[in-house]
Amino acid sequence: EKLGLGRPALPAEIAAWDVAVLPDGTGLPEGSGDVATGDEVFAEKCATCHGDFAEGIDNWPVLAGGEGSLKDRRPVKTIGSYWPHLSTVWDYIHRSMPFGAAQTVTPDEAYAITAFLLYSNGIVEDDFVLSKENFTSITMPNADGFYPDDRAESEYATFSGEACMTDCAAEVKVTKRAVTLNVTPTDPDGRPAGTLPNPDPVVEAAVAEPAAPETTAETTTAAAGPDPALVEAGAKVFKKCAACHKVGEGAKNATGPMLNGILGRAAGTVEGFKYSKAMADAGAAGLVWSDENLHAYLSDPKGFVKRNKMSFAGLKSKDDIDAVIAYLESAGG
Amino acid sequence: TPDPLITEVQDWASSFGDPVDATPYGMPIRFESQVVRRNVEWLTESPVSSINFTPIHALEGTITPQGCAFERHHSGAIELSKPDYRLMIDGLVETPLVFTYEDLTRFPRETRTAFCECAANGGMEWGGAQLEGCQFTQGMIHNMEYVGVPLRLLLEEAGVKPEGKWVYAEGADASSNGRSMPLEKAMDDVLVAFYANGEALRKEHGYPVRLVVPGFEGNMWVKWLRRIGVYDQAVESREETSKYTDLMPDGRARKWTWVMDAKSVITSPSPQAPIYHGKGPLVITGLAWSGHGKVTRVDVSLDGGKNWQEAELTGEAQSKALTRFRLNIDWDGSELLLQSRAVDETGYVQPTKDALRAIRGTNSVYHNNGIQTWWVHENGEVENVEVA
Repeated sequence: EKLGLGRPALPAEIAAWDVAVLPDGTGLPEGSGDVATGDEVFAEKCATCHGDFAEGIDNWPVLAGGEGSLKDRRPVKTIGSYWPHLSTVWDYIHRSMPFGAAQTVTPDEAYAITAFLLYSNGIVEDDFVLSKENFTSITMPNADGFYPDDRAESEYATFSGEACMTDCAAEVKVTKRAVTLNVTPTDPDGRPAGTLPNPDPVVEAAVAEPAAPETTAETTTAAAGPDPALVEAGAKVFKKCAACHKVGEGAKNATGPMLNGILGRAAGTVEGFKYSKAMADAGAAGLVWSDENLHAYLSDPKGFVKRNKMSFAGLKSKDDIDAVIAYLESAGG
Repeated sequence: TPDPLITEVQDWASSFGDPVDATPYGMPIRFESQVVRRNVEWLTESPVSSINFTPIHALEGTITPQGCAFERHHSGAIELSKPDYRLMIDGLVETPLVFTYEDLTRFPRETRTAFCECAANGGMEWGGAQLEGCQFTQGMIHNMEYVGVPLRLLLEEAGVKPEGKWVYAEGADASSNGRSMPLEKAMDDVLVAFYANGEALRKEHGYPVRLVVPGFEGNMWVKWLRRIGVYDQAVESREETSKYTDLMPDGRARKWTWVMDAKSVITSPSPQAPIYHGKGPLVITGLAWSGHGKVTRVDVSLDGGKNWQEAELTGEAQSKALTRFRLNIDWDGSELLLQSRAVDETGYVQPTKDALRAIRGTNSVYHNNGIQTWWVHENGEVENVEVA
């Protein structure tokens, strides 16, 4: 019956890939971490998206608070208010976070961050130490808030049976219109994005063809621009940055400031972005993002501007830094 | 006057077109450039953990081309080659195993067409009509013909122990998205797939190997599949607790709501597919599907649900796959409130949005399979509305 395909998985291979932690604690490694350490690690690795107090920045997930809000019109679903199992918190931090640098959190750090998040949610005191030993003694506030799919009992009888075919309603009125919200992406002509063109536009013959985007030719032939190959390499390097920084036409501030015009700009001066005090002070003291300063910053962000809030370890390779700066110059002017 | 397109010899009727090999792997002709995936930027904070939508308003038939089938990534679409590919089966099995890509190609294969629908399809409409266009309201769906190995054969190769009741599937990308399913489902119709629509999976659909879980929500169709763990309990991962659970009005939440209930939507006319041709013959066309089996009937209403007529189901309805329905009418040029309503082989009739809200409230995010209404105006423009 068996085909004899595949080979036995080795213990070291299973240990490397099977790191899932289950609600009963199965899969937890040895280790521990306290709230204070977790606070530090969180500030370093998590706070750029989730905020110093796990309050969530922009639309990034809020991790603390929201208790008692699940019946509200706008419920706040956090670890404290919604998550039923502590194992999920540890597992997700250890396996999938930080965003863009997954699987870099050590078991002790995962225990510490989890302890900090328990503290942020008012579940433990500030002297709490979480470990493999006491892990399953924690009961999450919403542990009883879930039940298995009951649609078969609660809905299917209601939604089955003979469907009405005629005179099913006395009067039908339009009660809501999407157009009043005006949140649909649109094409340049103002219609919903992707609206199909008229395949037989005899009556619309006067409508002009949209102008072809010929402008790119000019920018690519401009003299003294960055080396296209270097720019292309930089575009790849920039993927490491793109979760937080936007660049190019229409770029807006996100977790990090938008980077258009970064070369030659004074540090900490993008309008509307809330900088760390360290970065704002550095700009006020005269730091300008020259090619040289950008090189220094990107090779060691924490060392070059101490206590700034960019949670990025830096780029090891000078080639990568050359490339990403060329890309920024090309994409953001 | 005579049509010059007929009376005059056109360039294309006189000189050469493209030679063979002009495009060794072809793209659609430039006139179809609007038939592409689109996203809604305000929905998510980062495009690497985001979703886009299939242009279902512009497609016909039932098969979704891979190149415009919606994408959902939690940490970006990764590039994983066949030589670098490994699949591990471990946990409560007699022999934990590692398979290479080639190992998988040596198991007996099956072919199966299935729809993949994100649990959040239609989720933006819980609070009321919100987005203009069926690409945006119902486009988190695609339907492909897959070829792969039944997961059952791989589990039998490893030998599931009697205490193994749950199967957890996990991807190789940085999000390591993982979902648990009962062993019975894993042994039933789940495929470990490597072809879609006759060719290798596209990168964005999990190349080289993804899970196909017919009838179940798209989040469980793990891409870049790297590990199958057998357990005695659900893992209760982030994707099956904090997400993909359905918050109910009493503040409690349903979990393990895997099956996608019956649903349908008229794809044309719709806001992105207005009527240009004026009154007279009009083809109303749409899609219907059910995670419980076959669609057996689709009704269409022209007056917002007062009166219904049965549409034609084209082709043979397949279980847990998209079905196409059409209704040909003679449009008199007056306003229409178009709706469609799917019925599946269990007897389930697609409910109205209000009937769903009466039970679930408006905060459950997922599994909104309520009836969609399109308001067709006299000039042929179409709006997304709700009626009561």
